[in-house]
Amino acid sequence: MLKISQSEFLSLRQHGEETYPHECCGVLLGHFGDNGTKTVTRIARCGNTRADSPHNRYHIDPKELIRIQREGRERAEDIVGFYHSHPDHPAQWSPTDLAEAHWIGCSYVITSVEKGSAALTNSFELTGSDEADKKLVDEKTDVI
Amino acid sequence: MPQIQIPSPLRQYSGKQASIDVSAKTVGEALAGLVSQHPELKRHLYNEEGKLRTFVNVYVNDEDMRYLQKEATELKDGDTISIVPSIAGGSYGV
Repeated sequence: MLKISQSEFLSLRQHGEETYPHECCGVLLGHFGDNGTKTVTRIARCGNTRADSPHNRYHIDPKELIRIQREGRERAEDIVGFYHSHPDHPAQWSPTDLAEAHWIGCSYVITSVEKGSAALTNSFELTGSDEADKKLVDEKTDVI
Repeated sequence: MPQIQIPSPLRQYSGKQASIDVSAKTVGEALAGLVSQHPELKRHLYNEEGKLRTFVNVYVNDEDMRYLQKEATELKDGDTISIVPSIAGGSYGV
């Protein structure tokens, strides 16, 4: 399960509206619970480096991630997942989303943005033991 | 001593440590030392040919080692090596 505050949940959805018709992307920071629950305490917006195809592709610069990770360490926060938007496309993971997902145990949150308005937001956890058996599975989101 | 930052998905293979100090003069030595101490990490970082997996980025401080001297990049005390699996995706199409 993914727990996230109302304000951070609205913020990641709003990010998708602001970047429409391009995909937005960002990092979810927080804590891993002992029972498998992840709690998001803060989101960090990122730039989408896929200037060649931003309407249906995203990529976060590792250098930006390192900075976010460093700032997170200073606040005792971990990277618990990532978010991005699908402009005029369902809030479901695509074959590309799965192929490019490598943070096993983390959440991948997707928001469909239809004609500029955030519609559905779904979360998926990347499960498995390695690249050969990884899967994105539906994850309940608790907006608190 | 240089330090390696371990990303969350790999900590189960590094004794749950988020950072590990390494005694190494180069990035290659540091990574070799890491997988020697924690052998389960090897298959997650390297392919069957022994090369770093393409989605595994290795940074020395804020620089991608690919644009330095790769595994031969020299290290000094206080350097931070970050292992950063890539983050990307997309909605549809090829």
